[in-house]
Amino acid sequence: MKRLQGIAASNGIAIAKAYRLEHPDLTVEKQTIENPAEQISRFQQALAKSKEELEVIQAHALKELGEDKAAIFSAHLLVLSDPELVQAVEQKIEQERMNAEFALHEVASMFIAMFEAMDNEYMKERAADIRDVTKRVLAHLLGVTISNPSMITEEVVIIAEDLTPSDTAQLNRKYVKGFTTDIGGRTSHSAIMARSMEIPAVVGTKEATAAIQNGDIVIIDGLDGEVIVNPTEEIIAQYEQKRAAFAAQKAEWAKLVHEKTTTSDGHHVELAANIGTPNDVAGVLANGAEGIGLYRTEFLYMGRNELPTEEEQFEAYKTVLEKMEGKPVVVRTLDIGGDKELPYLDLPKEMNPFLGFRAIRLCLDMQEMFRTQLRALLRASVYGNLKIMFPMIATLDEFRQAKAILLEEKEKLVAKGVAVSDDIEVGMMVEIPAAAVLADQFAKEVDFFSIGTNDLIQYTMASDRMNERVSYLYQPYNPAILRLIYNVIEAAHKEGKWVGMCGEMAGEELAVPILLAFGLDEFSMSATSILRVRSQLKKLSKQEAERVKDHILSLATAEEVVHFVKETFQR
Amino acid sequence: MQKTFKVTAESGIHARPATMLVQTASKFDSDIQLEYNGKKVNLKSIMGVMSLGIPQGAQITISAEGSDAADAINALTETLAKEGLAE
Repeated sequence: MKRLQGIAASNGIAIAKAYRLEHPDLTVEKQTIENPAEQISRFQQALAKSKEELEVIQAHALKELGEDKAAIFSAHLLVLSDPELVQAVEQKIEQERMNAEFALHEVASMFIAMFEAMDNEYMKERAADIRDVTKRVLAHLLGVTISNPSMITEEVVIIAEDLTPSDTAQLNRKYVKGFTTDIGGRTSHSAIMARSMEIPAVVGTKEATAAIQNGDIVIIDGLDGEVIVNPTEEIIAQYEQKRAAFAAQKAEWAKLVHEKTTTSDGHHVELAANIGTPNDVAGVLANGAEGIGLYRTEFLYMGRNELPTEEEQFEAYKTVLEKMEGKPVVVRTLDIGGDKELPYLDLPKEMNPFLGFRAIRLCLDMQEMFRTQLRALLRASVYGNLKIMFPMIATLDEFRQAKAILLEEKEKLVAKGVAVSDDIEVGMMVEIPAAAVLADQFAKEVDFFSIGTNDLIQYTMASDRMNERVSYLYQPYNPAILRLIYNVIEAAHKEGKWVGMCGEMAGEELAVPILLAFGLDEFSMSATSILRVRSQLKKLSKQEAERVKDHILSLATAEEVVHFVKETFQR
Repeated sequence: MQKTFKVTAESGIHARPATMLVQTASKFDSDIQLEYNGKKVNLKSIMGVMSLGIPQGAQITISAEGSDAADAINALTETLAKEGLAE
């Protein structure tokens, strides 16, 4: 038995067999062979096995991800039966007497080079498709395992160095009970995904892949951030109890699904959910959210090879708005750049991506892309209660430009006779300290603010949240952060505007009383946190919280704040 | 036999349309070629078809030789029309 400590990224407890998500070494060496027929037969067998796998993956993708994503696998299947590729490999084996692995490697490299050399960005991307398919065939030839998470057919917990968006897209919620990774933190992609999939996860264990083998029994404790490898019967029993207790508590919270969020002294705040795709709405409603406080639209643009069309976006936005039945839906326009790349835009690599060409900066430059998204949003606006916000606003001028473009597109649509709602609120994210400091000026022009704490903290503390060595500086309770947040709320309220928070902090047990004291109007979080926070808020009094507001703002360190809040509110 | 088309699809013959053409062509025994801009490729080869990078407005020629050549041309014409790719 072995215990690993990591970061609790998603609530709950999972106990299941380990499934290692591998990215094996596929380097091949050239060998001269005696029997070409044998090599050709090996090659044919590897092709056949790869086809079989891809057909299963394709069927799965069709069911879980839709026709659009499944189409990629149709193209992959055709590459496997491409006569030009197959014949070229067989010819090489026969004429140059080389092993199947190397022949395939050579032919594939030639095709990859050909596509990469094309001056069309879209065609360059095809090289990646060929690489992907070749890897699968090579793995079969080399007899190594390539992970196919979409082919899992029993309950497992996933063990990986890290999980990429394309890895997580393939995970089947029915079988994947939890996961643990070597790297990552509470706000890394894998952690956010785990919360939206509502499965327990522990990230940043540093040694999960080194310590866990396929088939080991693993306990993932997403409540306390612990991973236990090959536990004893007693420990399993103990964790089964802990799992049952957590389930019971969840059942208790579930009773609050249809209640409004009201403090013990009758003050109402709005609890909203963060989502990435229309599929997340089911979880939002099941957890009793009063709205969507952050719809991250970048997932529409990721995991594909070209920009989504206006029609595709319109359908997605319309679906979300309709399903929310008139409850507010705050859509954030495209926030790409930083750690979220779109390969098909072919943007140059930057030394400092988080301080670089991203989000609204990119959208104001690549206006066609931006306008397409805005048109889709405007057309969808008549299907519900839409609010639009722009990410990464640093200056008033940026906000004015973005809003002007929005109004231009609206006028054009209206002139064409397209129905557009007249009550769309237009707001901005506050995640750059410059905007937080100058909130009184912004407040005159926006309809609302939404504070993005993940970025606000990293920019204020000048600490990369992905860098473990400086992660100690990621301090939500640092008084500098709290004063900025308070400044934003005060400035907005003076102008009669509302303020939400859509960063992880809004759902933190310790942050809730502070934010209530500051007067935050809307708390937006992972859907799975909503009932817990509602239950917490019901027991808090706004008046009592306000009484300690000035004291909290007068403290000097994050430790003092944490200590004071625990003493005051957790009794 | 052969037939010439004008590509009308907004984004040309990209992955998805290429996939459909290759799937259709592969159902026939005949040798089927696709020509664009002086380059000729096997229409049963997805990589061949995509390597042409056929844009909107392009003139393309499909030629088939073999026992079911006529059927192949008809089927491909239908695929192009049905998917709104070319006329």
